[in-house]
Amino acid sequence: MSTWAPVEYTGVAELRGPLVIVRGVRNVGWDEYATIILESGERRHGLVLDVDRDLAVVQVLEGTGGLGAETTRVTFAGSPLRVPVGAGWQGRVCNGRGRPLDGGPPILGDDSAPVAGFPMNPTVRQPPTEPVITGVSAIDALTTLVRGQKLAVFAEGGLPHLELAAQVAAQAHTGGEPFSVIFAAMGLTHGDAATVRDILERRSSAAELTLLLNLAGDPVIERLLTPRIALTVAEHLAFVLRRHVLVVLADMTSYCEALREVSAARGEIPARRAYPGYLYSDLASIYERCGRIRGRPGSVTVLPVLSMPGGDITHPVPDLTGYITEGQILLSREVPSYPHIDPLSSLSRMMRAGAGEGRTRPEHLDLAAQILAGLSRARQAGELADLVGESALTRTDRRYLAMAQAFLVGLLAQRPDEARTLADTFDRAWQVVSVLPRSELSMLGEQALEAGYRGQE
Amino acid sequence: MGTVTRVNGPLVEVRDLAGAAMFELVLLGPYRLPGEIVRLSGSHATVQAYEYTGGLAPGDPADRGGAPLSALLGPHLLGGVYDGLLRPLTGAGTWLDPAVSSSAAVARSWQFTPLVGQGGRAAPGTAIGRVEDAGSLPYLVLSPGGEVSAISRPGRYPHDAAVAVVGGTEVRLTRSRQVRQALPYASRLDEAVPLVTGQRTIDLLLPVCLGGTAAVPGGFGTGKTVLLQQIAKWCDADVVIYVGCGERGNEMADVVAELAELPDPRTGGRLIERTVVIANTSNMPMMARETSIYTGVTVAEHFRDMGYAAVVIADSTSRWAEALREFASRSGTLPAEEGYPADLASALAAFYERAGRVVTLGGDTGSVTIIGAVSPPGGDLTEPVTTQTERFVRTLWALDRDLAYARHYPAISWRESFSRDAGALTRHDPENASRRARVGRLLAEADRLTTLAELVGAGALPARERIGLLAGRLLREGFLRQSSLSVRDAYCRASRTALIADALLAVVERCQDLVEHDVPAAAVEDRDFSPVLRAKEAPEGEIAARRDAVLNDLETLR
Repeated sequence: MSTWAPVEYTGVAELRGPLVIVRGVRNVGWDEYATIILESGERRHGLVLDVDRDLAVVQVLEGTGGLGAETTRVTFAGSPLRVPVGAGWQGRVCNGRGRPLDGGPPILGDDSAPVAGFPMNPTVRQPPTEPVITGVSAIDALTTLVRGQKLAVFAEGGLPHLELAAQVAAQAHTGGEPFSVIFAAMGLTHGDAATVRDILERRSSAAELTLLLNLAGDPVIERLLTPRIALTVAEHLAFVLRRHVLVVLADMTSYCEALREVSAARGEIPARRAYPGYLYSDLASIYERCGRIRGRPGSVTVLPVLSMPGGDITHPVPDLTGYITEGQILLSREVPSYPHIDPLSSLSRMMRAGAGEGRTRPEHLDLAAQILAGLSRARQAGELADLVGESALTRTDRRYLAMAQAFLVGLLAQRPDEARTLADTFDRAWQVVSVLPRSELSMLGEQALEAGYRGQE
Repeated sequence: MGTVTRVNGPLVEVRDLAGAAMFELVLLGPYRLPGEIVRLSGSHATVQAYEYTGGLAPGDPADRGGAPLSALLGPHLLGGVYDGLLRPLTGAGTWLDPAVSSSAAVARSWQFTPLVGQGGRAAPGTAIGRVEDAGSLPYLVLSPGGEVSAISRPGRYPHDAAVAVVGGTEVRLTRSRQVRQALPYASRLDEAVPLVTGQRTIDLLLPVCLGGTAAVPGGFGTGKTVLLQQIAKWCDADVVIYVGCGERGNEMADVVAELAELPDPRTGGRLIERTVVIANTSNMPMMARETSIYTGVTVAEHFRDMGYAAVVIADSTSRWAEALREFASRSGTLPAEEGYPADLASALAAFYERAGRVVTLGGDTGSVTIIGAVSPPGGDLTEPVTTQTERFVRTLWALDRDLAYARHYPAISWRESFSRDAGALTRHDPENASRRARVGRLLAEADRLTTLAELVGAGALPARERIGLLAGRLLREGFLRQSSLSVRDAYCRASRTALIADALLAVVERCQDLVEHDVPAAAVEDRDFSPVLRAKEAPEGEIAARRDAVLNDLETLR
């Protein structure tokens, strides 16, 4: 690293969408971090997308509005972007590039790390085994979130997915172990952001929370950086400072739109719905940064939240996310009460490893399977009842319908400001299955039934 | 020495690479990142880089590697985890930084035992020596052919030591081979021998043969990875090469941890000792994903040449195709369907064609079976990778989202899947052929009746057809469904598969007979079939008794 002032390039050859093309550069590397200086002295920031001999294509995070071809100067950092990392991030509110919005000093760390991160060696990964308790009954009971997992929340339009994400961020804990939350908001409206901040105020210890806010009105391209900064900070908190870190990324659909915008400006060949062909790999480079490392305490758990455009789960963003994440929590309009989680379409692939004896409750997996089987049967019975009338159903089928109702009212429905303990959630779960005759509960063992069943035969 | 002129992600252009050849290895920049030449125009080369190229700049040096991209094959392979270029991951750092290289797991010494004497002749491909402590199978050192002018005595030798000189060529414990070119063999064998997977649906209805090819298309959440892992764990191949191509890191960790724990029923060791894992998780460099598929097949061919049955499981070929697309897009190749390059079909064909059961150069019999997962975007089975793959594979196990949502695993759709080898495999086993045909017929009939029953209600169907519906349910629940978590059910050997199928068929036949003798269908439907439905969880000796219990119970209806 030289101590000379960096070279300022003035040869802006072209400005196109979010891109600046600079001519005459020397020794500029791919993915290098750039600073763009406007005539007014304003500084913007960018990343190198392509270098061809003396031409560098730079994407400007804050957008190119107001840039003049003759007056703009560009300097390059000499290396890919690094951010400071350390405990100093905790308790802070920053913009999508990590600059403070809370009036505090700039964040300095003991160390810095490249935002692109390095891939974790798959042989040092420790398979996830312990739960994160979210305080949301439907999640804790049926789609348990596991430390080191990536679990996506998919929502149909108009549903309160951000409230749910914020509620989880506000309530989640890992028993007594050190826990931090990083909430990266991308493309949120002012209203949404206010709601999210409101809910997060309740996080008992604000010092455990970092908020990165890129609002809908903020520069679009900045969003490409936001989740990466969040994860870079998270990796350090988890694997160096030994904390369990939950990273909430909302809303990933806005992120993908920014990616599409850059791709279009570069004239790349579009794949499905004009998203770039590398959308899968790009999303994977974010989501895959969750995990645990053998022999080190700490974990990074990722909760990407996204709205499904048109409620379409085959849209590229939810589809590719679903291929990468280890399960999904689906919010559906069909479910009348908050948090609108559709239990039959939701799944946590890591649950088997993170729930049960010694982790949550010994009967957890059987109980969850029993509830899901019952709900599935109730759905069939409900469809039949729509055709032939409820009175034509068998007595058992009617009990299943009652059980589904008990589930909806007793277990699923929850206020956005209500944190339920695991004991409370299990109590409610047992009440739900106790609506069914004991003989129907084939998935639960005798011992568990003896202790938990409360119905009359 | 050339000079980098352009860097665009994994696409790097280099000038002044005089004498370079297509697919030659190139080492880029100060950290000597590996790349491969994919286009040459004069001395100007287009290189696809296998590492993250952040910081690489025009003006940086680029060096010719002198040889095509090759993988180091040797006794270290079994039990290890490697990246797409077959560099060991075990023992590499926590974070994979391209600037730091490591080759710890390869550089060790091995116990060598010669199998031929000095002065004798060793035909090409025959074993001249054996390495004992390399996994649970004897690792053979093969002859290039000729007179054995020198051979080492039994003892420990480092991996790169010459242990023999045959026909004037030094033979080492490890050999380096190009990954894009198939290793030679003497001839292909036509006779069909089944690969037993221990999965009932596959072994009875949709079998695959040794040296065959199978594809598993399925949307997310259909249990693709679990099915492939089951096959990796239980199939009766000698060597399993599991290629995690652009898939989840936690899943890779899980596969490795499980294989390391599971005992190998055949050797008494651990399953991992006859498995090679190639891990290129989705966040690892994209272009190494493109090579990982070829590397995997090359490793399989290497073991095939020793006379073993090798299986390559690639999860998922869609991610490999995406790597092709990404690079094609960056290098400005004209796109064909959905942005994929026009040579997608030929690339897929070339990959699946490397499967086969062959007579090796040394006269032994070995095979490479390829099983590839396909992840169709949006579960759309008409997308290019799925449709092109269907053309080249002999067996297709299509996974169905509705089955998966109904928690019916493995969610293999019996309607949309096919096995073009089934006929050849049952040719000499008429009993199994008729069993397969009867189960297939009953399932197809039940599907037809289910659609009908949805319209008119099951109650409106004639008794015989109601039994048809019942038969479908019995076969689905008692036979097709198989729990990967159950100790007894996860693996079902061929004789057990036959017993369970026969028990269910006998029960169905009795039910049909009853309604033909005027027993009301409702009475039959109400009987307790759980003894045969749960036969899959019972010891093999009990299955006949369970069948008889149900048959006797049905008899009381007469």
